[in-house]
Amino acid sequence: MTRDELSARIRACLGRIAPEIDFGALQPAARLRDQVDLDSVDWLNFLVAVHADLGVDIPDAEAARLATLDQVVDYCAARIGTA
Amino acid sequence: MIAFGLPSLGADMDKGTLLEWRVRPGDAVKKGDVIAIVDTTKAAIDVECWHDGTVEELLVEPGAEIPVGTVMAVLREPGETSEQVRAQIDALRAAPARVAAPSAIPPERPAAPAAVAAGRVPVSPAARKRAAELGLAVDSIAATGPGGAVTLADVEAAAARAAPVSRGEAMRQTIAAAMARSKREIPHYYLAEDIPLALATAYLAERNAGRSVTERLLLAPLLVQAVARAVQRYPEFNGFFRDGAFVPGPGVHCGVAIALRGGGLVAPALHNVPSRDIATLNRALLDLVQRARAGSLKASEVADPTITVTSLGEQGVRSVFPIIYPPQVAIVGFGRVIERPWIVDGAIRPAPVVTASLGADHRVSDGHRGALLLAAVRDLLQRPDELAKATP
Repeated sequence: MTRDELSARIRACLGRIAPEIDFGALQPAARLRDQVDLDSVDWLNFLVAVHADLGVDIPDAEAARLATLDQVVDYCAARIGTA
Repeated sequence: MIAFGLPSLGADMDKGTLLEWRVRPGDAVKKGDVIAIVDTTKAAIDVECWHDGTVEELLVEPGAEIPVGTVMAVLREPGETSEQVRAQIDALRAAPARVAAPSAIPPERPAAPAAVAAGRVPVSPAARKRAAELGLAVDSIAATGPGGAVTLADVEAAAARAAPVSRGEAMRQTIAAAMARSKREIPHYYLAEDIPLALATAYLAERNAGRSVTERLLLAPLLVQAVARAVQRYPEFNGFFRDGAFVPGPGVHCGVAIALRGGGLVAPALHNVPSRDIATLNRALLDLVQRARAGSLKASEVADPTITVTSLGEQGVRSVFPIIYPPQVAIVGFGRVIERPWIVDGAIRPAPVVTASLGADHRVSDGHRGALLLAAVRDLLQRPDELAKATP
């Protein structure tokens, strides 16, 4: 999987939790929760969706450090490897 | 024979629109099966059946708007034959007040209002009162009553036509009606308490370390459980105020206020909270929030919360002054968990602290008991291990 493909699948997971997101306007390097209204339940449901789709299980302590979409993509890329 | 009526959809909903049947005549249904989907201003609601039986006849067509209580379908009980229930169905049909006429087509807009003498429009007192409540001018309402009088039905019809079509606006009106009733009828009093959460957050961190995201616990179910077990000790906060008297809840069913994307909120119930273990409650809460935001709740969830918990989460502010959802008699709110200076053993230390607040009904309880309730919530949250366990 390329990084772009990985990013697209993670965005799809996020889009199912928060369908109102305009990904064209979303800044991948800025804090996600400053741009999207995500509460702790949404965030956990997002992590569960990533786990179900990509098989990447992000530990609690790591998840707390992931603030931007890029950081989530980078973390998953490091775990599963990208082409 | 089982006459299946549209169940209550919560105190602020008195009607719904049948979207679709999930069963057909001849289908066997079991208790808990979803048999229809009914639309309300807040969400599409899955209506469950509470009996085992066989569908004999569906009495309402999709598209029909029906009041709560309307008989929607007739089921045969186990052992009954079609012949035995046919006569009763005919009797039901003969009583039109209880069975909605299937009207999939919205009524035509009436033509010009009936001519009336200039100056004064004849209006029944009930219609005048209702029009005033709705903010409608009586001379703008199409009259169908004797002598060109505006009747109560005319006012309701005019209000229905004037009603906005978007769900967002409809939901805002529903929330406004429930909250206006609350502020009009319920003499609220408010109490608040700062609760240290060092033990609770340490419990969660330890419990979640090394576990899969699919088993991860949030703080919210601990907060909900603390409220549920506290109201077991102080039952006058769990139940309803109906017909001038307090009616205790049949169990502790915690409504959870859930903000919806695009505005509005719902507060569906987590059932029988005190007996559940924390992992079960956590799963139920995640599922409930996701379904609420997708607009897919069950009738039993929207109908029967006995107390509501509202939590602002980490994006919120320090405290909330919550408004009771009638006919309930109390609501507990939690603000954002904030690191604050906290004195432990004579030294100032940083600690995660949440402000819990109670809005309660003075017709049922007093501040002294309310204070004991909040103190119980505080103390329960200092023993997260016990809170997490199921109780018999």
